[in-house]
Amino acid sequence: MMSFQPVLLWTDVLLWLLLGCGVGLGIVSAHTLRQAWSRLGKNTVAMATATLLSAFLLVGLLDSLHYRERLPPAPGEVRVVYGVEVRSVLDGLLRQLREQSEKTYSAPFATRLYAKETLETPAGPVQGYPRLKYGGAHLGEHEAKRDKDVLQRAFASGVLAFLLWLGLAAGLTALLARRQGASHHETWQAIWQGETAFAWRGVLLALGGLLLVFLPMALWAGDYHVLGTDKVGQDVFYQVLKSIRTALVIGLVTTLVMLPLAVVLGIVAGYFRGWADDLIQYVYTVLNSIPGVLLIAAAVLMMQVLIDTHPQWFATAAERADLRLLALCVILGMTSWTGLARLLRGESLKLRELEYIQAARAFGVSSARIIGRHLLPNLMHIVVIALVMDFSSLVLAEAVLSYVGIGVDPSMISFGTMINNARMELGREPVVWWSLAAAFVFMFVLVLSANLFADAVRDAFDPRLD
Amino acid sequence: MLAYIFRRLLYAVPILIGVNLLTFALFFVVNTPDDMARMQLGVKHVTPEAIQKWKAERGYDRPLFWNPEAAGLARATDTIFFDKSVRMFVGDFGRAEDGRDIAREIRTRMGPSLAIALPTFLLGLCVSISLALILAFFRASALDFWGVVSCVALMSISGLFYIIGGQYLVAKVWKLVPISGFGEGLDAWRFLVLPVLIGVVAGLGSSTRWYRTLFLEEVNKDYVRTARAKGLPETRVFFRHILKNAMIPILTGVVVVIPLLFMGSLLTESFFGIPGLGSYTIDAINAQDFAVVRSMVFIGSVLYIVGLMLTDISYTLVDPRIRFE
Repeated sequence: MMSFQPVLLWTDVLLWLLLGCGVGLGIVSAHTLRQAWSRLGKNTVAMATATLLSAFLLVGLLDSLHYRERLPPAPGEVRVVYGVEVRSVLDGLLRQLREQSEKTYSAPFATRLYAKETLETPAGPVQGYPRLKYGGAHLGEHEAKRDKDVLQRAFASGVLAFLLWLGLAAGLTALLARRQGASHHETWQAIWQGETAFAWRGVLLALGGLLLVFLPMALWAGDYHVLGTDKVGQDVFYQVLKSIRTALVIGLVTTLVMLPLAVVLGIVAGYFRGWADDLIQYVYTVLNSIPGVLLIAAAVLMMQVLIDTHPQWFATAAERADLRLLALCVILGMTSWTGLARLLRGESLKLRELEYIQAARAFGVSSARIIGRHLLPNLMHIVVIALVMDFSSLVLAEAVLSYVGIGVDPSMISFGTMINNARMELGREPVVWWSLAAAFVFMFVLVLSANLFADAVRDAFDPRLD
Repeated sequence: MLAYIFRRLLYAVPILIGVNLLTFALFFVVNTPDDMARMQLGVKHVTPEAIQKWKAERGYDRPLFWNPEAAGLARATDTIFFDKSVRMFVGDFGRAEDGRDIAREIRTRMGPSLAIALPTFLLGLCVSISLALILAFFRASALDFWGVVSCVALMSISGLFYIIGGQYLVAKVWKLVPISGFGEGLDAWRFLVLPVLIGVVAGLGSSTRWYRTLFLEEVNKDYVRTARAKGLPETRVFFRHILKNAMIPILTGVVVVIPLLFMGSLLTESFFGIPGLGSYTIDAINAQDFAVVRSMVFIGSVLYIVGLMLTDISYTLVDPRIRFE
């Protein structure tokens, strides 16, 4: 009998599907866009940011395999009963972080609570900071040794990270050297000076950075709250890791909704013209003329009414939150396809007058075949550029929408809900800064690498820049 | 020219009708008024009578499009569609949940919104165009490279953090200005400085980078080479020729948002407690006041269409090559 029951959430399915589509798209376009891909591979910044983004993606994907745990059988109970709570593989890996929650706020690496309480001592009740249940619990009475312990672990994991990195670099050099038949020294110099056909330098640098940051974090996280705890005592490090999935779903699944709409409508308008063009242009002018946030707000409000008046649709709270996230993606997709559609329409209008398409039409090739074989491959670069450019703005939009109250379900951990819950904390004395700081840093790194990667993709794929 | 403006106005009518139908479908067809009543009343108070009363108070107890029980013209006018949607065209937005007239509320709240949005817009435009000119002037230098890198970094920070961080540093730690609030008349400047400043900084990254690209597109054109070839100094080439020509694409992006300044900014206004249209919208969203959200959607699209028209007209003013026949 299995000790867990897999749970398929909609956004999980779509996220994995999207990963498949992305890989498929890469393979299909590998031939027509070969030059562009190799140009991208040569770019050090692009490969470094791609490595960072893959790390985010890995966390998001681990968080997208859900299951329900089997409950320990009650005496006399024969049936297999599964828990109500839906967990992900990431939750399983971070069990310690999830379960070791304190009473309320505590600062990063703290051993005591942030707020004063009445403590029972042999000498009677006194006001003081109570000891944390888990944070630094292994130190026991010797709280003063905390700094030394933290530094020791930092040093040990730093050395370990360096050794690991050296191992990786040496392995890569040996592999490349054997393949190219060059000496190890030459190969290493080529990598280091960025002269390899693929920018291994970027990958190695990013991996080094990741190891140097996350190995110490992992080593500390077992016994401390590395990024502190929030109002209800939940570990902030756990929250930022969980937020990554929400951000990725918003940034990626939205494109899955937007892409077919934009591609089909853009090409139909540009290629066939006539009344279809007029109609599609009318629809996107109407959608465009409503300010984005307001249209999203109106649609989300209506979706909320729909969800609240039909509680029978959802078996668990996680399912409801998930469907709400999916609905948000659909709404964002429905309101944001117009930009890409307009670009594609313009480009199709231009391409359809070119000789090679005129010739295909004169030969009697069907419209579907012309679009599939001749038009679409020449529009691919616009699609790729638009997709990567949209990602970062969608991640940023999620935070704003959740703040306004029209974003993800309040029970779902995301950067937006984290900021929303933490924004009043700066008004406290002393200041509770760690939740905001953690959300800020993680979001900044994610969006910055997405922006830099998008720039590199645009430079590599835009034929005007040749 | 007048004929052109008139034609554009006519063209705007079907778009507004489309917006109107879309919002009507969103607010009344996706969820029936009964659903909304249940939502607003809460689980405890849902009785058929309560729902009827709720609907009657708001005029939602009539048919959607066609009222067969009424006589004559009232068959079309005594409906939810006519009362709630068609009347928006003459500026009648009905009442909010708290019973106040929405049109009146909008008129009084436009002032504070504009007091923040207009200075932010003008200052932001000046600063980012100047920065972009500097970057383009020193193109392909270390200054340009790091300038662009900082632009991308600035773009990667969520607008929420600019507001939260700015408010914390300037108002709470340095105590230079009040944290939030709004005053009447000239006294209001103390409350306006910080939101305007934050608004300018938050928009700096993306606009500077965008204007820099526009300038760089001009830099390699033939007329610039000619200007250089006839011996003009680089500064003169930049300010007399490049700046002037780059203004055309800059205008497209800029003029269209001018009317939307009336709507204010959602985030800034709610964080700083400014009684403008942005905070009005946010309050309406949080209170699920559908009538107000519907009105804001309509006004927003009217302003956007006005912006599009202004853009076209401004083209003729700055670019003598464009003529409207």
